[in-house]
Amino acid sequence: MSARQFTHIGTRPVRHDGADKVTGRANFGADFALPGMLHGAVLRSPHGHARILSIDTSTAAALPGVKAIVTGRDFPKTDSKVWLGGEGALDLGDMGDNLMARDKVLYDGHAVAAVAATSLAVAREALTHITVVYETLEPAMSLARALADDAPILHTDLKTSGQPAPESGGPTNVAARMELSRGDVEQALADADVVVEGEFQTPMVHQGYIEPHACVARHGTDGRVVVWCPTQGPFLVRDACAGILGIDAATIRVIPSEIGGGFGGKIPVYLEPVAIVLSQKSGRPVKIVMDRDEVFRATGPTSGSRVVMQLGAMRDGRLVAAKASMWYEAGAYPGSPSGAAAMCALACYTIPNFFIESFDVVVNKPKVAAYRAPGSPMSTFATESLVDEVARRLERDPIDLRLQNAVSEGDQAPYGPKYGPIGLKAILDAVREHPHWTAPLGTHQGRGVACGFWFNAGMNSSATVALDTDGSATVVTGNPDIGGTRVAQAMMVSEELGIPVERVRPVVADTDTAGYTDLTAGSRTCYATGMAIINAAQDVKEQLRLRAAKVWDVEPDQVAWEDGHVRSLVEGDERPPLTLNELAATLAKTGGPVVGSASVNARMAGPAFAANICDIDVDLETGRSTVVRYTAIQDAGKAVHPSFVEGQMQGGAAQGIGWALNEAYLYDDDGRLQNPGFLDYRMPVASDLPMIDTVIVEVANPSHPYGVRGVGEVPIVPPLAAVANAVRGATGVRFTELPMSPPRVLAGIESLESA
Amino acid sequence: MSRIHVETTINGEPAEFLCSGEDTLLTALRDTLSLTGTKEGCSTGDCGACSVLLDGRLVPGCLVLAAEVEGRTVTTVEGIADRDSLHPVQQAFLNQAALQCGICTPGFMVAAKALLDANPDPTEQEARYWLAGNLCRCTGYDKIIRAVLDAAADMRKATA
Ligand code: FES
Ligand code: FES
Repeated sequence: MSARQFTHIGTRPVRHDGADKVTGRANFGADFALPGMLHGAVLRSPHGHARILSIDTSTAAALPGVKAIVTGRDFPKTDSKVWLGGEGALDLGDMGDNLMARDKVLYDGHAVAAVAATSLAVAREALTHITVVYETLEPAMSLARALADDAPILHTDLKTSGQPAPESGGPTNVAARMELSRGDVEQALADADVVVEGEFQTPMVHQGYIEPHACVARHGTDGRVVVWCPTQGPFLVRDACAGILGIDAATIRVIPSEIGGGFGGKIPVYLEPVAIVLSQKSGRPVKIVMDRDEVFRATGPTSGSRVVMQLGAMRDGRLVAAKASMWYEAGAYPGSPSGAAAMCALACYTIPNFFIESFDVVVNKPKVAAYRAPGSPMSTFATESLVDEVARRLERDPIDLRLQNAVSEGDQAPYGPKYGPIGLKAILDAVREHPHWTAPLGTHQGRGVACGFWFNAGMNSSATVALDTDGSATVVTGNPDIGGTRVAQAMMVSEELGIPVERVRPVVADTDTAGYTDLTAGSRTCYATGMAIINAAQDVKEQLRLRAAKVWDVEPDQVAWEDGHVRSLVEGDERPPLTLNELAATLAKTGGPVVGSASVNARMAGPAFAANICDIDVDLETGRSTVVRYTAIQDAGKAVHPSFVEGQMQGGAAQGIGWALNEAYLYDDDGRLQNPGFLDYRMPVASDLPMIDTVIVEVANPSHPYGVRGVGEVPIVPPLAAVANAVRGATGVRFTELPMSPPRVLAGIESLESA
Repeated sequence: MSRIHVETTINGEPAEFLCSGEDTLLTALRDTLSLTGTKEGCSTGDCGACSVLLDGRLVPGCLVLAAEVEGRTVTTVEGIADRDSLHPVQQAFLNQAALQCGICTPGFMVAAKALLDANPDPTEQEARYWLAGNLCRCTGYDKIIRAVLDAAADMRKATA
């Protein structure tokens, strides 16, 4: 691909929505209100696993100010699904059951009833008057318990799905099994000079977005529904509400507010259908806002995991065999990212022989939601820890060893296709050349490196670009701006039309206004929606070219865009070229306004790779690990707005560091979450972290006109192992269980000393 | 339910409102006075999204009772910018791209202003510890800290 010279792409303009966001003007989910609005509150199960014997709402209903109450009975059972492009489907039956339990509660925090009242205080008071009689059941709180022969069964009708079809035995908590294989792994392990192995465990962790879920819903007397909410996918909210409630999606309008973080966790619906039904019953708009405790107990987390892996290498450093079994917690309903985990585990290396099996296991914890590169961080934690051990055993430089085995263009990915141009080797070269890699370490400090892979998504997007007579433009899409996508979208219009980025107005539109667009997720917004925008802007240019032909009265093929002007190609034609501004100013005379539109169905996305270098200082007295230096290197294909690409890399690294060192869902034996708050669920704060250095590598993605790759997810893949490898360097202990909290690290150091 | 009448000063303007004895300042600001710039991330004092200044002192609005602000002065994110120009820390956040989703940003604006009022020349370490009560899940804090240090330098230059 010839290196295109860009004018706007690669620069760092101020984001259009920035001033609103630094002054407090921007409206997020909880900031919206309607006249006559009621306030909703949700009653949640205190039990990890119980049968609902009865729910008595009569006392609550009699309370002055209470206008409507719903329970699971108000939500029809459905077997409909919402398809997410190639990403599989969301089961709306499960999603409906998750947002209001019908027969059983399956986790601490599972919703059982909701009230709408004239004030939040009255709604909360009413919850205390609802009597739910439970028959408590033993909860399955660990993979081991959920997989035991005498395990408590969450869903009696659950059957294990998968390829090859597993034996259909009795009741099970295993929702799915998949396997991937190549070559003869047993023979290769037997022939390998070095075999390392380990059992790796990670706890359930939360995305940790700072904005709790919120929504306002209005069910009109005409049957039309309007929902205001922070979401990664307004169209998905529309279709999920329609499917769950059995109403026509054409009657639902979803208006996205600004969104205060999601990381995948604001894809499912939790509140919206509840608010719609409460509004329908009460005839008033209803607002529901979760508190933090509800966010932790009932939304989001990603799977706890167990990965058992063996890795075999030859003395010359070639990785020749990998064998792995992995179990991922799905939470209360099927659907962990165990399949993606298996596909990502070995995606960085050319390993000729492997066998991987993965299992999706339901447990009595909240249903997991996507979290940045779902599934990949945990399986990669195992792989990259073991690659580090191979390097140690062979006394090889960990970068050299990785480079020797790294995938490049033409190699077959373990999940099937052949890679196109990819950046892993360039990334590893950049790691080796970075001053961080060779900087001296202090005592009790260690350095770790790790790589990571994520597929990235394409899917469906629409965009319109409207040119104004003053030469400014509006670009409309259906992707909520979760981290600077408005400005990136405006930059693409600027690049195509040659107008200043401040004169492009990016608009995030609602579902009645924008053409169908899939989620702001899967690292797809800049990539796929970006392509729709570029095509729409090119549509504008083409229409302007035809206008010029009309003005000049020449054949359309005698007019072309050159250097930002429209020129006549007619020989001897002396008429000066027309600028976009000149063409825009005369639109009314040449045929009216010009609006370009385009849609894409992007089947392919260029995969993303990244590597991180982490320096850890371990306090041998307390076991506390402090990250003292951190560098993230990533292939962005082409960074549209480098500051926001760096921001994704830094944010993903920080989340991964939190996952590695501190974060974990802690449950008691009865299945109650012990730490549903930011005090005890300890996410990194500013004083926990150093600056996070970044290097953006650009290996153009051939499926995008600018070479763009999605950047949002892969940053969280390398940190778990990068941190663990650094702690290994600092302490001599190979930690295989996260988080590496001070007590665990201290115990590890002590066991090494006593050994 | 009996209500408490509160007279106070918010962002330099006299303000009054009614509240219950249990209402927090955060609730009064957001729900009663429609000053929704101040955000709610936890209501337990752990995230800093609700940061406001009470008589110039940085406090979480969710841990202050609304009735406590009687006769005092409150500054919220809506009161940080001048009529005509952004506060240097707001401008620095824009220049550094120090916000992604932006939900934590109002809290950081207020906390950073308090820092720079108290210490015009903070070290990176001082900025990190001062802002440790403000959670940001998107940025990893790198650009936030750079923006705050940039703003400090700009403000020192302006007063030099
Ligand atoms: S809302 Fe006050 S600290 Fe989180
Ligand atoms: S920018 Fe999203 S939490 Fe800080």
